Amino acid sequence: MFFRENGQFKSTYRADQQLLPILQDRVFMAGLVAFAFLVVPFVASDYLFLSLVIPFLILTLAAIGLNLLVGYCGQISIGHAAFMGVGAYAAYNLVLRLPFLNFLVVLVLAGFVAAAVGMLFGIPSLRIKGLYLGVATLAAQFFLDWVFARVKWLTNYAPSASPPPVELFGWTVDTPVRKYLFLLSVLLVFTLLAKNLVRGHIGRAWMATRDMDVAAEVIGIRPIYAKLTAFGVSSFFCGVAGALWGFVHLGAWEPLAFDLNLSLSLLFMIIIGGMGSILGAYFGAAFFVVLPILLNRIPGMLGFEMSTATASHLEVMIFGVLIVLFLALEPHGLARLWAIGKQKLRLWPFPY
Amino acid sequence: MTAPETHLLAPQRQVGEVILAMEDVWLSFGGVKALQGVSFDVREHEVRAIIGPNGAGKSSMLNVLNGVYHPQKGRIVFKGESFADMDPHHAAEMGIARTFQNIALFRGMTVLENLMTGRNLRMKSGILAQALRVGPAEREEIRHREAVERIIDFLELEPYRKTPAGQLPYGLQKRVDLGRALASEPRVLLLDEPMAGMNLEEKQDMCRFILDANDQLGTTLVLIEHDMGVVMDISDRVVVLDYGRKIADGTPDDVRSDQAVIDAYLGSSH
Repeated sequence: MFFRENGQFKSTYRADQQLLPILQDRVFMAGLVAFAFLVVPFVASDYLFLSLVIPFLILTLAAIGLNLLVGYCGQISIGHAAFMGVGAYAAYNLVLRLPFLNFLVVLVLAGFVAAAVGMLFGIPSLRIKGLYLGVATLAAQFFLDWVFARVKWLTNYAPSASPPPVELFGWTVDTPVRKYLFLLSVLLVFTLLAKNLVRGHIGRAWMATRDMDVAAEVIGIRPIYAKLTAFGVSSFFCGVAGALWGFVHLGAWEPLAFDLNLSLSLLFMIIIGGMGSILGAYFGAAFFVVLPILLNRIPGMLGFEMSTATASHLEVMIFGVLIVLFLALEPHGLARLWAIGKQKLRLWPFPY
Repeated sequence: MTAPETHLLAPQRQVGEVILAMEDVWLSFGGVKALQGVSFDVREHEVRAIIGPNGAGKSSMLNVLNGVYHPQKGRIVFKGESFADMDPHHAAEMGIARTFQNIALFRGMTVLENLMTGRNLRMKSGILAQALRVGPAEREEIRHREAVERIIDFLELEPYRKTPAGQLPYGLQKRVDLGRALASEPRVLLLDEPMAGMNLEEKQDMCRFILDANDQLGTTLVLIEHDMGVVMDISDRVVVLDYGRKIADGTPDDVRSDQAVIDAYLGSSH
């Protein structure tokens, strides 16, 4: 009964097609955003920001990017951390060589560079699918890893990339709270963009290609257009996320910061969070960031000691088990569980 | 009708000139000769049926017409333009739509989204405009939503708008498949066994929708169907295939009394 849309009639298609057609959703979202901007900065500790919230925000952005490709367009990629890396190195070089550029411009340009590289490595998707495409993107991961490590020009001949703190309109993004507010704003904007894309005709072209590629072609959707735009947009998101990961979260990074582990982690996030769901990217990233910290804390709370090595082994095992469970029981992840919960709330506590 | 880009709901049933034809088409897969020198034509606004025993090459014929298969020899003529082979995207662009024998809906998308894909060819706003969803992009979306809503109304799909297509029962999925093809406002619609596996009531509904599409939307129809009663009732002209060859072509009455057709269906003693 808390979630009934009874009596909320739509008399125009515009009203029916809006982002959150149900009043309760709009109120909840507005409350959540207000809470994130107005309350969280005052109550959260620096530790919480640096170890939890900031990685969560950036990984969510990257997971949204990957989900556009894997969850919406049905093309697998095991190389998306490399596209994040492309974004990070592109941003680094732009800041280094064109220091007068505003950081927002740098972010967008870095996104475009990543999109171009992503589309290049997306070309195999026109001929191959599934596992074979996965291996082709894996090749992209290894190749780009090699480039980051070997092409010294990328880091201006220094062993690691260490950019100056981000500055925006005379406002230095250095304290945890400032980083948080900056990242939250970027993430909200990109979430909106992603939401709009997937409910536009390009999003339908992606989903049609995912669900039934022959029928999509017969109805007039060019597979080359759908697949390459999906690779491009997805890599754009990941490139921006990569630049933020390097500049705001890490501060300075080695070539291995964007290795295969991160690519696989992104895939875990969207599998657990929910394929083909923007909300799922949030759930997946949150889960991924929170679980290790919980695993470190819980034994201590329960009164017995566990070495960090054991904890990190446990973490890997628990992730493995969860992925198998999700794939077997709920392929649409936490986002589907959320949707089911919402459906139940329409009637609860009444039986019908 | 104020919207210039639609010809929906303009009654115009009057069989006209030949709009689509195939001339001497040969198609084989390795040693299997699917089509052997088949020619036939479809006139504007007519209901044209293709019948024949299993494996006669009926589906191959549709697949050649809209460019899924490429024939080794022969031509396809559409609106006076001649093609050695077609590609599916070009066919869709020129106004040839089709439905599938084993339903090929986008199962993860809602009924509304499935029908909206039929409009994709006509939607022009770019990626950035869609991402920002301002002004023209939003208006375009709404304009096409209106066109799709007319199809939803036409096929009586109102209660299922937001239901994922994969969750619908079989008969409704067939109807959504038809709707998706109709949403693209095709000149010619190829229907591959639209009534396969349906009960009598569903068949009657489907017949009504198909005839209404022909009558009210002016869509030219080419259909493959096994139910002889349906074929003889609704089609203007029938072509009969057997083992990749055309054995008869004409009005239902001509075909029914044709000796070659009777032999093909009942078997012959020679």
